[in-house]
Amino acid sequence: MNNLAQISEQRDFVVSSSSLKDVRSFSREVFEKVNIDQDLKDELVLAIAEAAQNIVKHAYQGEDTEDKMEIKISLSNGNLEIGFFDKGRPVEKDKIRHRKIDDIKPGGLGTFFIQQIMDAVVFKEGEKPWINHLILSKKINY
Amino acid sequence: MSYKVTEEGEISIVHLDGEIDMDVTEKAKEVIMPLIEAKKEVHLNLKEVQYMDSSGISVLIESHQKATELGTKVILKDISKSVLKVIMMAKLEQILNLG
Repeated sequence: MNNLAQISEQRDFVVSSSSLKDVRSFSREVFEKVNIDQDLKDELVLAIAEAAQNIVKHAYQGEDTEDKMEIKISLSNGNLEIGFFDKGRPVEKDKIRHRKIDDIKPGGLGTFFIQQIMDAVVFKEGEKPWINHLILSKKINY
Repeated sequence: MSYKVTEEGEISIVHLDGEIDMDVTEKAKEVIMPLIEAKKEVHLNLKEVQYMDSSGISVLIESHQKATELGTKVILKDISKSVLKVIMMAKLEQILNLG
């Protein structure tokens, strides 16, 4: 357990719904090294898995691919930053919005969860070879 | 995810186990929806579900709405702490039937 954590770990995953459990395992492994509340760890794992799911669902529209996405988790001086890199369709930032939470219907909750859990969500154009670069960040007190 | 279905009269009890994400939602729907379409009251036992994401929540919403449409109901039973947290994050605790 690391009370003054400086962490920077990255891993790539095939863009597929079957990779989501591996994304969660990787995230849990990383957060096991940090002395933060288990509830917060669970929330962060959820946010990461939802963002990875969005890559599968939206950047690749569920198509089979051998492409990989990369996830990088960095923590320095209490600033947690999680980067997602993919080579799917360019994200149209203006079209990303969660559904109204009182409009009860299946779907559209992933982005809402991410926004609930994280302090900031920023989409950037990816640097080659990446197309999309999503950054989730949160100040962590530990 | 694994599951077991038991019957108690007109009630079908579906015990779900494991992690429910996008990868298993079709499987979950294949188990739950035919029971609702048969107009059974369906109890989803979520005691052994350690993780559920927005895709799993969508299955719960879809099941609830289908049941309401067909005049029956889906009741969520023995909800694990982690699933309850996600249901509350989605502000669905007043919408879904929590038994």
